[in-house]
Amino acid sequence: MNNDLYTYTLRQADNAMILCQRLCQWAAKAPELEEDIALTNIGLDMIGQARSLYQYAAELSDKDISEDDLAFMRDERQWRNLLLVEQPSGNFADTIARQYFYDVWHLAFLQELVNCNDEMLAAIATKSVKEAQYHVRHSSNWVKRLGDGTELSHERMQEAVNEMWQFTPEMFESDEVDQRLLAKGHAADLSKVKVIWDTAVTALLEEATLIKPDEAFLMSGGRQGIHTQHLGYILAEMQILPRSMPGCKW
Amino acid sequence: MTDKKDYQLWEVFIRSNRGIDHKHAGSLRASDAEMAMQNARDLYTRRMEGVSIWVVPSSQIVASDPDDKSVLFDPSGDKIYRHPTFYKLPKELEHM
Repeated sequence: MNNDLYTYTLRQADNAMILCQRLCQWAAKAPELEEDIALTNIGLDMIGQARSLYQYAAELSDKDISEDDLAFMRDERQWRNLLLVEQPSGNFADTIARQYFYDVWHLAFLQELVNCNDEMLAAIATKSVKEAQYHVRHSSNWVKRLGDGTELSHERMQEAVNEMWQFTPEMFESDEVDQRLLAKGHAADLSKVKVIWDTAVTALLEEATLIKPDEAFLMSGGRQGIHTQHLGYILAEMQILPRSMPGCKW
Repeated sequence: MTDKKDYQLWEVFIRSNRGIDHKHAGSLRASDAEMAMQNARDLYTRRMEGVSIWVVPSSQIVASDPDDKSVLFDPSGDKIYRHPTFYKLPKELEHM
């Protein structure tokens, strides 16, 4: 089994799965009906990406497991998602800040991955790029609207940016898995992704009249399975049914 | 955000894959054209309904008055000669 490729695929899948779960918590609660649909649409894009990636990870695994086993039968410490995506949705500005920082990273990451040597990852990335382009458009629009909106929306957006900022450096951490795969041309070059992300985010925050926070204390560990307290609650809600009724179908 | 006076109503027209005309799909609320377009995409093209979107502020649409219905539309009711089927074609003319 190619352990590195398995881990690499699982990390991407877990990001999509957890962020989807967060977005779906807005269903029927978003500030506008239109936005309700928009957020859950983005969530559905992500669950589609997560499924493709879990299927591929299950294939790479030497155990006899399915995509569902990966999504529903793993405990907190076995999850490999970024800390950013598991952060609470908070108010709408918090959700948008989390989403925007992730979307810009995700798009740049996918655009790198499209050219990687692993055919399956490249194919999944090619399909996901179009979705990610729309996600960036959606979230960056809202950052501008809220940042350069009313006094209250500006204040909330700035607070949200400040809060989520500490989870952004983790997105560019490159560990041995990344480095070994990158050497073989199987992975996205995170240093390139970082340059693109920095440029885009700096420009947009300025346009939105928001202050870019200083370098923050680095919160990281998600990709090694060390999570914030929030992930456990997400998993409990997400996994209760398949765990209490194994093999249940409807 | 709770102040919704800036939110206006927009009408959405979608051109489907096989259609050549944009058809009215419904309405939505948005604060400007850009948001209206984005919302239209999310609300009305989720099931592959379309390949093109028009959004128009509802306030820009001039609608006929329902009370004028009889004045406007009844007069054309008995003018069947306005339909091509009213006219008999010569037998010599095939494939018409």
